[in-house]
This record gives sequence, structure tokens and C-alpha cells, in this order.
Amino acid sequence: MKLTLKIWRQGGKYKGEFVTYQLDNVNEHMSFLEMLDVLNEQLVAKREEPIAFEHDCREGICGTCSLVIDGRPHGPMQGTTTCQVHMRHYKDGETIVIEPFRAQAFPVIRDLVVDRSAFDRIIQAGGYISVNTGQAQDANAIPIEKDRSSKAFDAAACIGCGACVAACPNASAMLFTSAKVSHLALLPQGEVERQRRVLSMVAQMDKEGFGKCSNVTACEAECPKEISVSNIARMNREYLSAVLASDVE
Amino acid sequence: MATTTTSDAKLHSKTPEGNVSEKWESYKGHVPLVSPNNKRRIDVIIVGSGLAGASAAASLGELGYNVKVFTFHDSPRRAHSIAAQGGINAAKNYQNDGDSVYRLFYDTIKGGDYRAREANVHRLAEVSTAIIDQCVAQGVPFAREYGGLLDNRSFGGTQVSRTFYARGQTGQQLLIGAYQALSRQVALGNVKLYNRHEMLDVVVVDGKCRGIIARNLLTGAIERHGAHAVVIGSGGYGNVFYLSTNAMMSNTTAAWRAHRRGAYFANPCYTQIHPTCIPVSGDYQSKLTLMSESLRNDGRCWVPKNTSDTKTHPSKIAESDRDYYLERRYPAFGNLVPRDIASRAAKTECDNGKGVGATGLAVYLDFADAIKRLGQKTVEARYGNLFEMYQKIAGDNPYEVPMRIYPAVHYTMGGLWVDYELMTTIPGLYATGEANFSDHGANRLGASALMQGLADGYFVLPYTIGSYLSNEIRTGPIATNTPEFDKVEKDVLDRIHQLTGIQGKQSVESFHRRLGKIMWDKCGMARNAAGLKQAIGEIRELRHEFWQDVFVPGRRDEFNPELEKAWRVADFLELGELMCEDALHRNESCGGHFREEFQTEEGEAKRDDDNFMYVGAWEWRGDDAKPELHKEKLEYEEIKVSQRSYK
Repeated sequence: MKLTLKIWRQGGKYKGEFVTYQLDNVNEHMSFLEMLDVLNEQLVAKREEPIAFEHDCREGICGTCSLVIDGRPHGPMQGTTTCQVHMRHYKDGETIVIEPFRAQAFPVIRDLVVDRSAFDRIIQAGGYISVNTGQAQDANAIPIEKDRSSKAFDAAACIGCGACVAACPNASAMLFTSAKVSHLALLPQGEVERQRRVLSMVAQMDKEGFGKCSNVTACEAECPKEISVSNIARMNREYLSAVLASDVE
Repeated sequence: MATTTTSDAKLHSKTPEGNVSEKWESYKGHVPLVSPNNKRRIDVIIVGSGLAGASAAASLGELGYNVKVFTFHDSPRRAHSIAAQGGINAAKNYQNDGDSVYRLFYDTIKGGDYRAREANVHRLAEVSTAIIDQCVAQGVPFAREYGGLLDNRSFGGTQVSRTFYARGQTGQQLLIGAYQALSRQVALGNVKLYNRHEMLDVVVVDGKCRGIIARNLLTGAIERHGAHAVVIGSGGYGNVFYLSTNAMMSNTTAAWRAHRRGAYFANPCYTQIHPTCIPVSGDYQSKLTLMSESLRNDGRCWVPKNTSDTKTHPSKIAESDRDYYLERRYPAFGNLVPRDIASRAAKTECDNGKGVGATGLAVYLDFADAIKRLGQKTVEARYGNLFEMYQKIAGDNPYEVPMRIYPAVHYTMGGLWVDYELMTTIPGLYATGEANFSDHGANRLGASALMQGLADGYFVLPYTIGSYLSNEIRTGPIATNTPEFDKVEKDVLDRIHQLTGIQGKQSVESFHRRLGKIMWDKCGMARNAAGLKQAIGEIRELRHEFWQDVFVPGRRDEFNPELEKAWRVADFLELGELMCEDALHRNESCGGHFREEFQTEEGEAKRDDDNFMYVGAWEWRGDDAKPELHKEKLEYEEIKVSQRSYK
């Protein structure tokens, strides 16, 4: 099939603009990123600079790939990362618009590549259980109810890609942050640091320049791992109870 | 008292004395320590942030060392450990099915076809149980039973259920656990993170590793970083084959650069071809996708008995016209034979014209019986996300139509040679996880890569590195304004200028693709002397062509992914030749290394213990010289070496 691609380019000779490319001979079995590989090979053959985009595992788990495709983070399919979108979902002659994830807290590095290190700093603020190597008791010493553990897993399945931020009109990072808060708050191991964790992660989230949540829930709709917005409700409860419980300084 | 001897004086394994089951305890009791106030004065660089790197960085940070972590990713959480699906082994014996440290040790040695160092493997089995404890304490949500206790499943090459798992995303959950522990140390100031930085060389001063040269991938700046010890946990080199299940950016650069500076590279020809991957569909393909080995717990491999049926829809092929070839050939282990055996068996069927699918390079993995026996719901709970992934890529629904699968490159058992302390032949330079060669012999068992990466980082290196660093407490900070750093930095800059200066006609990608084809055709699932000799010649020509005609667009002093790729492919072009040399010299078949000239009448691998029961460690001798082979003789004191049988 033949496609028209309108791709955001920024850096090098481009100040920040859409550039239109025509691509012939797209095979329906190609993945979306393989289609971009083919385009880049053609650009290199013409001695032009290839389009910078991020990717790594190409099986939907590392969270490196991004892209807003025709207005949707990770493209048209539910619960799917960009790297798992295949060209069989497109028709001959279509035009596809490709942009980077847009958010104040995710500055553009080049073309479609943005800096998502704000997420790392949110985790560093408290997204862990403080247990040094060697301090653990036997793994079966604390039984955990299967459903509870499974709920914790659902939250822990977040791949940290940032689609929730890109989807949100406020560029809020509530879904990402709440997924980690929920994962750890749901487990008995996370109990001790429960209050400190949520306060400090939320403070860091605000500091990074992410917007507030106004319950649009676009984050859940676009999340490639289908992380539920009920995590945001849980984080709000955790936050409120931590604020009420905290000592007066 | 038995001692381990090596046939080459340069390869001293430093295996402790004593019975194999007492060596590690005894070692830990006697290893020199570094006191807390001295640890603050010692810098350790860790290259790579996967399971092996992140776990080591977190643990060393907790101990009080000053740690610097380098990763070329934007975040440490992206490392390719994240993609491991099936699980992690541990000798917990929670299932009461007869498991023990000894049995895990034995299975790993046997699975590795008697080509791993006994003492290392025993230690791995010993610390396996503590890994599970540690991960659970970190909040890793392993699968549980209704009673709230941990669940297990079985994997290839074993007859017990010792694999702990977190749905089909075990690697992800373990890596996030290690990443969170690492993040905590970053917050505490014990670890400094250098993301989007790629190590391009190591610096050796007076025979000791004293730091690295790294490129800041955002600015292109070349940086010097000094340290008292450097740890390479940068993963394996499966991408030398271009198509593999590895992530696109996984590469050999850190290990290969260390090799060129004096670290021996051991058993490079031992590569693991994983039996259950989604087959190749076209020449635009950029990578292959694994379907977890856990699927072989309930899936049955078959091909049509008649070659005329290979294009027939599988539902139209009668039960009596199907050949469940693994169950037929290996009744004791059936579909759960180790990976090397399952892969070769699939290849044999396809070579005999029984392969299915458009290309004829696929076999069926069928869940119809499991669905009948367990119900679709149970099958969905066990493998739901894998089935979904398959459907997204292949376009078929595996609940209704059997999966089509074919082997693909997945893991590399070879790597930097390390002694019992995980130190390479360069003092002060360590290698952990897939980057070293140490624990899997010629074939790795499923769910053992995660175990080894975390064992090295959490429970081995934090002890063994003290042995070396206890002699460094008076060294003081490592200066980087020395002639040694000048020299290595200049080498790096020269190579970058060379890469960007050629301005030839062919893309980096095209060279990588061509190298991959040579490797897969001649140094892949089956090898022979004539093919390997040919491959060596072809790789040399290709490398020559690369340095004459590669085109690297963009500038050196900016974000330039093509330049990054060019450097990595240039290193693969050197490693590929060494792999073929190693495969050519090893005149036997063992594990993942199958030489067509050395097989039994039934087509099974034929080992030659008399002549090849050693680790082949290669020394770099220069661009135009042949590498030199050093041998570490393998001595089996505990386990009786026998012909591997899964029949």
C-alpha cells in the first residue's frame, strides 16, 4: 500500500515543523515502527537525516516507544503500544500524522524523542520499599490474598511510557504516579512507608510541572497496559489519609 | 582435598578449596572486608542497568560504596531484562516435589551439557532461594495460590516445579524491583545515574581497570570517569545475528571494548536458539518475538506426518496424521526438553519438508488438548497475555488455531571470562549477568537467566568485589587527567571521526543485516567447518567494506542514533568473526553448539569430553593478528559426567 506521512521534525535543520513524506510498498504485515525503519532507510539513501524516534524491545514491554499517531498516543488500538501496531490496520492511500508526546514536563529532544526522566525522579521520591539486600524474611512468611496480589500486579504492570501524560489535556501524571502508589500500598510489605511514600511522590510529581487531574480519564483509555483510573481514586484516598494522619511540624 | 587446576596459567579461576557444597560458605567466611568508613572512599562504575547491573548498583550503594551507573537508555527501567517472560528458578521446594539446591545445581550442569564451572553453578543454586525472598520483600507481585502462598510452574530440562513467575511478565516485575531499589539509592545519594550515556572503552592503568570513556548521547560529549573498579553488566550479544529476540539496542560494545583492552572472551560460539518464537514473515523484519517456554507446559509441538499436508489447514489434519515429534523422540521429558534439543528437533522436521506456514519454516504449538483438559479460562489465566501478543503479531487466534512457531536467537551463554569472583582477566574489571560466560555452560535452562543476573548482582558481587577493593583503600580518588585516559579518549575520538568521515554509500542497517545473514546461515543452529571458514572470509570482507563505504549521517556533537548504531555494528563485525573461530575450533557438538560433523546416528549432539572439556577463552591480539586461545580445564568433582539424555 501507499501512505502519506506527516511527521513532526525538530532539531538539526528543522525548527519544529511537520514534514510530509510519501511511502510506497508498505507491507501489511510490517509493524508501525518497521514502516518508519523503511522510511528512514530511504532517507539515508537520499543522504538525508533519518527521523529520530525511540524504540527498543518492540514487543510492548520496555516502554521506550511513544508517538502520538493521528492524535492518539500509541495509535489507534486499545491496550497496544506503538511497536505492536501493525500496518494491516491501515488502508492504501491513507494519511498518517505522527507527533511526539507533548507535555511541559517531557521536553522534546529531537523529532519524536522526548525526555521522560521526570518519571524516574518521581520513583526516586519514594516509589520503592526500603529493604536492603539480605534483609528479607522467607518469601512465604507473609501470605497475601490472591486477589489483592493480583490487583497490585495490575498496577505494577505500568511500563512507564508516558502515554497517560500525552493523552491528558492537562498533561497530568496522576495515572503513572498512582499506579506505583497503588502497587505498593496494596501489599503488606509496602505498609510501613505508605504515608510517606504518597506524600513525597505527589510532591515530586507537582514539582516536575505535570498538570492537575480533572477526571477526563483519557489516560486510562490510551494506556497500553490498560491501567485503571481507580488507581487515581486510591491515590487520592491514600494522600488524604496521609495528610490527615501526618504529625504537625 | 581436591583443587581445581587450569591448563593455562593466565586463567586462574580462584575456586576455593573444599567440597563443592562448602566452597561458598567458606569463601564468605574468609573474604577480606572493606570497613564502612573506607567504602565511602571507593568508587565503583557499573555499566548497564538490567537485572545484573541494577541489582549490583543497589546492593553496592546500600553497602556504602560510591556508585556510578551508566545506561544508554533514557531510564534504567528500559533494560532488556524487562522483556523476560516466563519466570525465575529457585530451589525453594515449596511444592514438596523433591527439589533441592543439589538438584538445581545438577539440572543446570546437565542442562549446560557439562561445560560450566561446577563451583559457580553450585553457588548459583545456593543463593537462588534468597533472591525470591529479596524480591518478595521489595514488592514483586509473584503469582500466588488461593492460600496466599507463592505458586510455581515447571520449565524445560527439569522434572520439578521450581519456577516462580509473575504472569508472563516476570522479567518486568523483577527489573522494576531492582530499579526501585536502585532509585532509592539514587535518592540517598549513594548512586549517581548517567542515563543516555554509552560506555565506549575502558581505561587500564598499570594493569588495573581504572575507569571508562563514555559518550553523552544527548550532546555527543566524550567523558572520562574514574573508579577503583568497573562492573560490566551490559547483557549478551545475540543481536550479532541481526534478527533475534533481543531488544533493538542490545549490543556487545561494552564487553567487546573490554575484550580489546585485555579481557578474555569465553565460549563466544555458545548461543541459545529459543525453540518457540513467532516465525519470520518478511525481509523488512526488524526483530523476532519470543513466546515463553512456559507454553510448552501445556502446548504440544507437532508437524504433519505427510509433507503433502504442510499447507493443509491444521484443523483438517486428522490426529493420526500428526507427528508429535518431541513426545515421540523424548518420552521422558516430552515437550519439556531443553531449548537446544527442542530447537534442533524443529529444524530437523522443517529440513525434512514437514514445516508449515507460508515459508515452510514453522511447526505447530497446539493448545487444543490443554483447553479440553483445563478449560479455556484456566489456559487464559496462565497464558492470556502471550496469546494476545501472538494474535497481535501473527493475526491468528491461538485458542482456535495452533500457534506457528520457529526457533530464533535468544541468549548468549558465552561472554567475558570471569573467575569465581566474577573478575575478568583485567584486574578490577568485573562482568555480571549475561555479559559473563560463567554459569550456563553450552546451554541455559529456561528461567535461569533472571536467576543468574540477580544472583550476581544481589548476592555474589557485593561479597567478591570486597576481596579486590580491600587493597584499594589507600589508593585515593582516581585521577582522570593522566596519559592513560588521554590515550583511550583519543582512540575513541579517532574512531568516531573515522565513522562519520567515511561518508560512503551504504547504511549502517544494511551492513548489520548482511552480517546477521552470514551468522544465521553459517554459525546458527547447525554449523560445519566448511561453512564457518567461508563465514570468516565473508565477515572480513564485509568489515573491510563497512570501513570503506558506510554512511553515517548527522554530526558527532549532537543526539545521533545512527552514529550510536554504527559504533555498535562495527563491534559486532569483529565479534562475529571470533564466534566463527570459536565454533570452528570446537570439534564437537555440545548444548547450543551443534557441529554437523559431530552427531550420533539419531542426530543427537556428540560431545568430545576427552578433548574439549574446557572453557575456550580468547585473547585479543590486535586488528591484524589471530586471537589466541587459552583453555580453562573443567573438573567435575561432584557430578558424574554422562551423556545427556532426556529420553
